[in-house]
Amino acid sequence: MATADIATDIPRPVSSSPNLLSRIDAGRIFTHIALLVLVIIWTVPTAGLLISSLRDKDQLAVSGWWTALTTSRSQNVERLPTAEGQVEENGKFVIRGNLFGDATHKTISAFGLTADTPAATPVGGSMPMNDGGTITVQSTGDYEWLSDTKFEHTRGPRVFFVADIPPRFTLENYVEVLTANGVFRSFVNSFTVTIPATIIPILMAAFAAYALAWMRFPFRGLIVAVVVGLLVVPLQMSLIPLLSMYNNIAHVLGAEDGKTYLGIWLAHTAFGLPLAIYLLRNYMAALPKEIMESARIDGASHFQIFTGMVLPLSFPALASFSIFQFLWVWNDLLVAMVFLGAQESKLVLTGKLVSLLGSRGNNWEILTAGAFVTIVVPLIVFFSLQRYFVRGLLAGSVK
Amino acid sequence: MGDIFQQITGAVIAIILALAGLVIYFWGTNWLLDRLLSSGSSSGNEITRRDNIRSQIRPWLFLFPALLFLTVYLVYPVVETFRLSFFDKNGVFIGFGNYVWAFGDSGFRQSIFNNILWLLIVPFFATAFGLVIAVLADRLWWGTIAKSLVFMPMAISFVGASVIWRFVYDYRAAGENQIGLLNAIVTGFGLPPQAWITLPLWNSVFLMVILIWIQTGFAMVILSAALRGVPEETLEAARIDGANGFRIFFDIMIPQIWGTIVVVWTTITIVVLKVFDIIFAMTNGQWDTEVLANLMFKWMFVNFDYGRGSTIAVIIMLSVLPIMVWNIRRANAEEGTR
Repeated sequence: MATADIATDIPRPVSSSPNLLSRIDAGRIFTHIALLVLVIIWTVPTAGLLISSLRDKDQLAVSGWWTALTTSRSQNVERLPTAEGQVEENGKFVIRGNLFGDATHKTISAFGLTADTPAATPVGGSMPMNDGGTITVQSTGDYEWLSDTKFEHTRGPRVFFVADIPPRFTLENYVEVLTANGVFRSFVNSFTVTIPATIIPILMAAFAAYALAWMRFPFRGLIVAVVVGLLVVPLQMSLIPLLSMYNNIAHVLGAEDGKTYLGIWLAHTAFGLPLAIYLLRNYMAALPKEIMESARIDGASHFQIFTGMVLPLSFPALASFSIFQFLWVWNDLLVAMVFLGAQESKLVLTGKLVSLLGSRGNNWEILTAGAFVTIVVPLIVFFSLQRYFVRGLLAGSVK
Repeated sequence: MGDIFQQITGAVIAIILALAGLVIYFWGTNWLLDRLLSSGSSSGNEITRRDNIRSQIRPWLFLFPALLFLTVYLVYPVVETFRLSFFDKNGVFIGFGNYVWAFGDSGFRQSIFNNILWLLIVPFFATAFGLVIAVLADRLWWGTIAKSLVFMPMAISFVGASVIWRFVYDYRAAGENQIGLLNAIVTGFGLPPQAWITLPLWNSVFLMVILIWIQTGFAMVILSAALRGVPEETLEAARIDGANGFRIFFDIMIPQIWGTIVVVWTTITIVVLKVFDIIFAMTNGQWDTEVLANLMFKWMFVNFDYGRGSTIAVIIMLSVLPIMVWNIRRANAEEGTR
């Protein structure tokens, strides 16, 4: 009877259901947190770049982008003018100026005369100088060096100071990379390379894909196999022979080298063809057989069926491929370097960014803004046409 | 500025000419074929014969431009590169001389070692993260947004990604304000900052992180679609049997989508074998980070030795070959079921 008592005294559902509920909640919360952490890891690097590209370049160099909203503090040094800069006023000799030159958004909190004591005196205060007289520095950076006797120093003494840079967001970095660093030119070059290289292969691939999907002829299986094989052939295999070929053609035509836009358009067209044919063929082959057959019975030729029915129906696959090709050509570095060269006026954005990494490797205001200019176009394409992109990705791999 | 204008005009004209050329070719040849071999005014036998000939020729007219491009730009160069790999810098035939050189060369061995390291690490982590994110995201209301954000690096060029991560890895001497995120975290824990890119062996790992970061989105999208194909009843049955989340994941989901995991893995493997931009932009092979594709580029454009460059390309090709053969067999098998 004891067991029966226990069974009635402690009804199982009551004891176990809250336990179960809390376990489910814990699992749910864990899922949320785990995914959140992963998403943060995946987005933070890009966010850091974007935020940094919008910051004041002096701040960017001295503080992390996660402190972008706080005032950053830096130690600077400035050399005062020599005695030639003095003026005589009311029997006293004065040297005036501003420690910042012309920058206006910074403020000084303290200054000093040696590197070890950059904050010896708060702003507004005065300090005696080794070359005679006393110096007074204001928070705006204005200083006044006053002496009863005439200045005779030939080498300006140094003033150390602590500058506060208030948080500041600006498009200056973008203006600078686009105007002064040739990034705008590269932007145009990237478009020059990408648009024709995206459009030209489409029609070519569509006709070939239709033939491979719906026509019967010898070696069809072999051609399909070759296309599938070419999908993964490393581009490295093509570079040397094609470069030699281009150079030979240029030589025959009397041009100085084979690095032309025409050359790179044709190369990208060819390199995009295997994927284009593969994607389009898979898509076309999946179109309902009955439509084709009834059209054939009605006397339509393959050409009419293709241009009138299959091509319009294949729009989603054409869109998928175009996005792939656009992103791939825009983001390509290797083909552009080989077939267009490293000449400044022909650099595409990826090449330009690599060259900036080499020459301006520590100028993060240039690099962050330059990088963002490089990635903004593919990001727009990607986010606005993500659906087609994903569809193409799925058609290309899961088969 | 006039220069730029000319360039844009050139591109527009090229598009128009190319499209017009293709349209004229396809329409023209089709018209010609119908015209020359028209079946009008002939006997029944003749009509069948002509129809036959036309249907023999037409596929090749459709295929011709694409096949021409594939042959000139891919098939011929592959053969030619194989041939060139047996010649030295001056075009003298040296048999397997370049291959012998390669396996004795320390730079080449370093590259092979690093490529193997990349092959072991990148496909595994990209696939694993992709799978985990796909599983997590499919269960949450904000999963679509999460997936979109993880997928985003797929749109970013390898060079752009390199700059993004170089900023994360940025190094300032100890005591200075770290502006690189990684060193800020490290110094936040009271540890000394590191110049990550020059740290032997680990620097390769930091470069791999960039590719994993990019490829995870790819793996996630493909695996997420495959997971949706796992029958809900199977999962439900497992839940009723009392299997917990981990058991369901490892014992049911993974076996069900194993085929897709292999496809994702091999696709990323091919990307890894060809990886060039990241090393070129980040280190250019310095500090023992060299890989085959970058080494090939150096032999091609720094030393102008096309023989050795070709040899390295052939070795990349040979390492891709097993996957290529497997892909072709898979495609053929599917052709049979169609």
